[in-house]
Amino acid sequence: MTPAAPLEARQVRPVGPLVIAIEDVAKLYQMGEETIHALRGVSLNIHRNEYLAIMGPSGSGKSTLMNMLGCLDTPTSGRYEFNGQDVAGMADDELADIRNREIGFVFQTFNLLARSDALRNVELPLIYAGIAPHLRHERARQVLENVGLGNRIHHKPNELSGGQRQRVAIARALVNRPSIILADEPTGNLDSKTGIEILALFEDLYEQGNTLIVVTHEESVARNARRIIRLHDGLIASDGPVN
Amino acid sequence: MNEILKMAFGSLGVNKLRSFLTMSGITIGVFSVIGVMTAVSALRGSIETGLSFLGSNIFQFAKWPIGIVVSGAEQHKYESRRKFTLQMAQRYRDLMGGSVEIVCLKAFTNGNPPVQATYNGHKTTADITFGGTDQNFLVTNQFAIDTGRNFTAEDVDLIRPVAIIGQELVKRLYPSETPLGKRVKANGRTYTVIGTFATKGTAFGENEDNILMIPITRFMTDFGQEKYNVNIATQSHSQMEYGATLDKGIGAMRVVRGLRPDQQNDFETYSNDSLIAAFAKIADVVSAGAFIISAIALLAAGVGIMNIMLVSVTERTREIGIRKAVGARKITILTQFLVEAVVLSVTGGLGGILLGTVAGNGLAVMLSAAIVFPWGWAAAGVVVCSLIGIVFGMYPAWKAASLDPIDALRFE
Repeated sequence: MTPAAPLEARQVRPVGPLVIAIEDVAKLYQMGEETIHALRGVSLNIHRNEYLAIMGPSGSGKSTLMNMLGCLDTPTSGRYEFNGQDVAGMADDELADIRNREIGFVFQTFNLLARSDALRNVELPLIYAGIAPHLRHERARQVLENVGLGNRIHHKPNELSGGQRQRVAIARALVNRPSIILADEPTGNLDSKTGIEILALFEDLYEQGNTLIVVTHEESVARNARRIIRLHDGLIASDGPVN
Repeated sequence: MNEILKMAFGSLGVNKLRSFLTMSGITIGVFSVIGVMTAVSALRGSIETGLSFLGSNIFQFAKWPIGIVVSGAEQHKYESRRKFTLQMAQRYRDLMGGSVEIVCLKAFTNGNPPVQATYNGHKTTADITFGGTDQNFLVTNQFAIDTGRNFTAEDVDLIRPVAIIGQELVKRLYPSETPLGKRVKANGRTYTVIGTFATKGTAFGENEDNILMIPITRFMTDFGQEKYNVNIATQSHSQMEYGATLDKGIGAMRVVRGLRPDQQNDFETYSNDSLIAAFAKIADVVSAGAFIISAIALLAAGVGIMNIMLVSVTERTREIGIRKAVGARKITILTQFLVEAVVLSVTGGLGGILLGTVAGNGLAVMLSAAIVFPWGWAAAGVVVCSLIGIVFGMYPAWKAASLDPIDALRFE
C-alpha cells in the first residue's frame, strides 16, 4: 500500500488543546501463575487535531494501549486523563459514557450490527446518548452522506461491500462528534485499492479538524499519519513526526 | 424504552422458530390453568344462577356421598352399606304420610346395561336415559307433560307396562304419527306410550329429552330388584318447612333401615345445596390440579426461556461488545435482554390465555353453560408470565451486561 500523497504535499495542521494525557501507565495481567507486563510505564500526550499512528509487533502492548486509549480498559497504575477527567479510576458505566461521547471506534472487522441497516448502525451511539429519534435520524443520514453513502442508508451490512461497510463504521464513529477517532487496523480486511480510499477519507477527516489515532502494523498505513509512536515490550521505543 | 422494545421484537423475529418453541412452553402452562378456570367459572356461574340439579326444597338419599372419596377404608364403608330397595322406599313413603311432602321414587339403569328403544323399525341411540318412577317425578325432577297423561298411583300399584317418553324419542321413533297409545320396545320389553314430556334441553352434556320412563314397580319387575337402587326424593311444599321435612325424612329413613338410636346413619342425604357444594368441592380439586400442572409447566418453560436466553447471549456476544463500545451502559444491556425474556414469556402467555379461554368456553358451551372471559385469571397470567420472564431472564441478562467489552469484541 502506498501513502495517500507525497509527504511534502501534505499539510500538517497546528495542534489544538490537550485531549489525552497519559503518565507512567502500566498494565499487568495475571495469566495463571504468570504476571504479564503488557505496559511497563508509558507516558504520552495527544492533542486535538493530531493524526497519530501507533505501531509495534504483536506482544508489544499495542492492543493494550489502544484499549486504554479507547476507555475500554483502565490502567493498573499511572495516570490517564481524558479532557481533564481522570479515567484511571472510573467505573464501567462512567467509561461507557466517555466512550459514547468522546470516542469513535473503527475496527478491522467493521463490527456492525448485522441485522440493522446502515442508518440504524450509525444511530446506535445516539440512541445510547438519549437523542430524540427525529434528530438522530437526521444526524445519522447527514454523516452517511458525508462518507459517501447517502444512497445506501437502508442497506444492511451484508448488502454492502467491505469498503462501504467500513464507511458505515466510520460514520458511526463520527456521528456523536467525538474528541478522538480510534481506528484499529482499519484497512486490515480491505483490498489495497479500497484501503487507499479509506485512508483518503481519514485524510479528509483530519483536514476537517478531527483527531485520529490509527493502530496498525503496516508501515505504509502508519506513514499517512503525522506522528508515529512505536512500542516495544510494553515501552515506547520512539515517538516522533513522520519524515 | 420504545427503542428497547423494538430491539427485543427485532431480535426475537430473527429466530422465529426458536422463539415460537420457547413461547409454546409458556403457552401450554397458561393454557391449562386458564382453560380449566374458564370452564369451572362458566359452570359455577350457570349453576349459581339457577340451574338446579334437583327441584327446589328437595332432598334425596343415597349410599355414596357426592364428591371424591379418598381413602380405601371410606370406600369400603360406603360399598358395604345396604341398598335402597323398593320395599324400603315404599315403607319410607308410607311413613312420611304425604301430608306436606311429595315423595318420588325412581331408579335408573345409568347405562348399565345401555338401553335402546325401538318402534316399528325406528331406533334410538343406545344411550337413552331409562328408568322407573312414579307420578311425582314431574314435580321433583321438573319435567312437564306435553301430550297424554302422567303416571298415576294405580299405574305404579298395578305394575302397568306403560311409558312416558321425551321429545328426542318422539322425533326418532314416531316421526310422522302420534306416539300416544303406540308400543315402544326397550331392551326386549314392550310398553304402551301414555304421555310425552315437554322439551327440556341439555344439562351437563346430557340430552334430557332422550328419556324413557316407566312405573318403578314395572322397572323392578322387568329389570331386577337386586341390581338397582331406588332413589328417593322428598320435597317439602315450601322453603319454611324444608328443615322440618328433612328431619322427619331422616327419622323415617332410620326407621326403614332399622337403625338403633346409637347407630350412625348408614345413608347420605343430598340437597340442591349439598350438590352445589359438592360441585364446588370437585371444582376446587380440579382447579388445584390444573394449578399444580400449570406451575410445573411454567417452571419448565421458565427454565427453557433461561436456556434460550443464555444461548442468545453467547451467540450475540459480539453484538453486546459493539453496543458496549459505543456507550451502552450495563443497565441498558441488562434491560434489553430482560425485555426480550419478558416479551417471549408474555407473548407465550397471551397465546395460552387465548387458547385457554376458547377451550374452556368450548367445554362450557358443550355443557350448556354461559360464556365467560376470565379477566382475573388472564390478568394474573400476564403478571405471572412477566415474573417468569424477569426471574428466568435475569441471570442471562446479567451475564450479558457483565461481559467485558474487549473480550466480547474479540469473540468469534
